[in-house]
Amino acid sequence: MFDDHSPIYQQIAKGIKDDVLSGALKEDEQVMSTNQYAAFYQINPATAAKGFAQLVDEGVLYKKRGIGMFVSPDARAKLRSQRRERFFADVVEPMLAEARMIGVPVEEIISHLGGAK
Amino acid sequence: MIELRNLTVRYRHTVAIDDLSLDLPTGKIYGLLGRNGSGKTSLLSVLASFRKASAGTVTIDGVDPFEDAALMAQTYFGRDSLDANDGDRVARVLDFARWLRPSWDDDYAGRLLETFELSTRKRISALSRGQKSSLGVVLGLASRAPLTILDEVYLGMDAVARTTFYRELLADYLAQPRTIILSTHLIEEVAGLFERVIIIDRGRLVLHEDADELKARGVAVTGPADAVDAFVAGRTVLSEQRLGGVRQATLYGRLDESDSAQARAAGLTLGPVGIQDLFVHLTSGHPELEAQR
Repeated sequence: MFDDHSPIYQQIAKGIKDDVLSGALKEDEQVMSTNQYAAFYQINPATAAKGFAQLVDEGVLYKKRGIGMFVSPDARAKLRSQRRERFFADVVEPMLAEARMIGVPVEEIISHLGGAK
Repeated sequence: MIELRNLTVRYRHTVAIDDLSLDLPTGKIYGLLGRNGSGKTSLLSVLASFRKASAGTVTIDGVDPFEDAALMAQTYFGRDSLDANDGDRVARVLDFARWLRPSWDDDYAGRLLETFELSTRKRISALSRGQKSSLGVVLGLASRAPLTILDEVYLGMDAVARTTFYRELLADYLAQPRTIILSTHLIEEVAGLFERVIIIDRGRLVLHEDADELKARGVAVTGPADAVDAFVAGRTVLSEQRLGGVRQATLYGRLDESDSAQARAAGLTLGPVGIQDLFVHLTSGHPELEAQR
């Protein structure tokens, strides 16, 4: 369920960000409560709350007092630009390192990518 | 707030709890961890007023709970030995709990008995070890006591019953937040439920920490031996192992962003260390850590 490489609350935060990016969570849509997250993942609600607090700090979520947490109107655009900045470092570089290690030439990668839409 | 000040528990020549002070804000789930004989049960017995401290004080919201009827009705202490008469039927044990505890929830107790497949007509003596433990869990949860202390209550419970226990505990805590202190040796299976972790060793406090903070303290560094050696120099190493030219060191102490970047640049892999592993390392005697305390 969790990848074990980062704290659970960061993984919860990442899961919500992925949902915002993919459109599964729409802007101004309410997200599940910390208690619902706690019950689903069998974790302490304070741990789930840390994930939410991080998203509020980053401007992905906003809080309506007494109602719950909602997706910020500009969250998707903001996350997209953040992820784009890190795309080459986080995704492309590790792939190139792997390719170098196993002897896949860059030309082959390019021709493979040429076939992708 | 529950406050323990310079608490000492002595049995003739043995010091079970040695000058221990703790502040426990209410409304949280605590995990109390310690090896056998570390003083967990002595500590909890004093907290629940089953025993008087040899020295030091316990207060709950400023009041000494010892012999305080109102506070005792709001404190549940579940031990591995079910505190019930062998000849009594389950129904009678429940009657007693209902009579003792203003916060007792009969409907909830009934649902829990069904979940744990316990019959109210059975005598305590006819219950298996695991069933006795399950009954202890039913009493502990349905009491809905503002201070609920469960001291290794899982004895003999199979994996299904324990999973049910943890699920019910969390569900009921979410519905009715209260102070719950769990002492356990089965750390990994409940660690996710803890908001705070208390570790004691030989009657002394080793640490009292936010559970997520504690998890972030442990890092396993794996990579070529030379690179690991260079990276861990000057840090607190809890344990290490080698496999050919590869070395893995378990570090204690949070790494910041630049530490992590430095490790990755050196070709090292960083992995998490569970609370159970940290507990093992922290309580199996490390001179350099003792010196830091």
